[in-house]
Amino acid sequence: MKQPKYLFNAGRMSRKDNTLKFTPVDEDGKEGTPRYLPIEQVGDLYVFGSLDANSALYNFLGQEGIAVHFFNYYEHYTGSFMPREYLLAGKMQVDQTKHYLAPKKRIEIARRFVEGAANNILRVLKYYENRTRSTPDCVDSTLLDAILTVERLLASVPTATDVPMLMGIEGNIRQTYYDTFDAIVGATFCLDGRSKRPPRNELNALISFGNMLCYTACLSTIYHTQLNPTISFLHEPGARRYSLALDIAEVFKPILVDRLIFRMINKRQLQPSDFRVEIGSCVMKEAARKRFVQGFDEQLKETIKHRVLGRSVSYRHLIKLECYKLQKHLLGVEEYRPFKAWW
Amino acid sequence: MHTVTGSLIGMYHICKREMWLHANHIRMEHNSELVAEGKQLHEQAYPQRAERYREIILDGSKIDFYDPYDKVVHEIKKSDKLEHSHVAQVQFYLYLLRRNGVEGATGLIEYPKLRQTQTVRLEEEDVPMVETWVQDIERIVTSEQCPDRIAKSKCRSCSYFDFCYATEEP
Repeated sequence: MKQPKYLFNAGRMSRKDNTLKFTPVDEDGKEGTPRYLPIEQVGDLYVFGSLDANSALYNFLGQEGIAVHFFNYYEHYTGSFMPREYLLAGKMQVDQTKHYLAPKKRIEIARRFVEGAANNILRVLKYYENRTRSTPDCVDSTLLDAILTVERLLASVPTATDVPMLMGIEGNIRQTYYDTFDAIVGATFCLDGRSKRPPRNELNALISFGNMLCYTACLSTIYHTQLNPTISFLHEPGARRYSLALDIAEVFKPILVDRLIFRMINKRQLQPSDFRVEIGSCVMKEAARKRFVQGFDEQLKETIKHRVLGRSVSYRHLIKLECYKLQKHLLGVEEYRPFKAWW
Repeated sequence: MHTVTGSLIGMYHICKREMWLHANHIRMEHNSELVAEGKQLHEQAYPQRAERYREIILDGSKIDFYDPYDKVVHEIKKSDKLEHSHVAQVQFYLYLLRRNGVEGATGLIEYPKLRQTQTVRLEEEDVPMVETWVQDIERIVTSEQCPDRIAKSKCRSCSYFDFCYATEEP
């Protein structure tokens, strides 16, 4: 079973026969005991620490289809080493491009991504609305108001005739959604408006970091299908190099990232002391980052009973199913309907 | 232009959609344990397989084990039951041999797990039948439209199961 590996420590990764060998290096440059990672168990590598590696390693990883994602000191995603495409399908590529080029076909798919995102946002909002309602002395109607606003915005998605207009609706949905964050976790953290590049405060830092993890998880999944990660529908191709991953991540962010953030904060697994506020920006301390990545990884491994397939599937696999549904849409087999959490 | 191969002939007799997807390079084997098992069996079932067996390529289609001395096509299958599609695949190989001037070859399907073998022949009167398959396959795989799924119980063990059945409740 292939599992993603997260590297927080500095060290050297090398190829040792057909195994990966990781030798940690401490601050004084002293080498620790090497750890071995059998290649068949390695999914993607997530590099948070400083990694020493040579081209022999990358050749090996490329041959094994393992991607390496890099994050800088500020936890920003800096880029990926993506192995050569191994699942090329000319027909799939042509159909995907055709759907991007025809404005009518493109908006149809783009709308679905926004619908998916909005539905999953509503799922999260309704859960917390329900919880605050059960607290007797709470008279705050922020969440209820937000639900009504998102529902109204969602209903207007079919009226969007072009992508910029749709992006406007999507922006309003996000805005309404982020405005409720203070009502959900306000006691310990405060969002005070969404800020990016750099995130201004703790909660913003968490959202950015979580979204990055979601994006890379989608990117890796797309890589193992015949879809081309650079041809997207909601986001403009080239918005980032692999913009299809942004499209798909849109659907999963509320379920995979936001819920995790709320859960970890409300259970006090993340505290204000876990962050380092610097001038104009905020970063997570290493131990907290580890905890959060671990939480995200566990979230991806968690399974639910799929209603249509009739068997248990992991959250990670749900992303793959999303790719399949999109492929079927592009091939004209079955109309794409976005994943909708029902729990 | 798509080359008709033994795999496509096999799929033609099981599921036209699988065949169409496979021919259009939308493949799922890389995440199927069953396929990996089959491949391993293929490599390891007969370690003493004589050196005289050869891999040959006829009209773009590959025959894994061919014994040119006895003129026998060997095909190893992981399956735990004999399948019509296996016979069809070997008949297609015999057809290719015949078309390339090899007369009187026979086929042998080997089921190491069942410890059984099955002999396959291609009579003169079977040739038009194989030709019909080939034409039908060419027609289907070049079509724009992906064929419907077959909705059978065997879908569950197919590597395309999640692809075919993943959908959302309305």
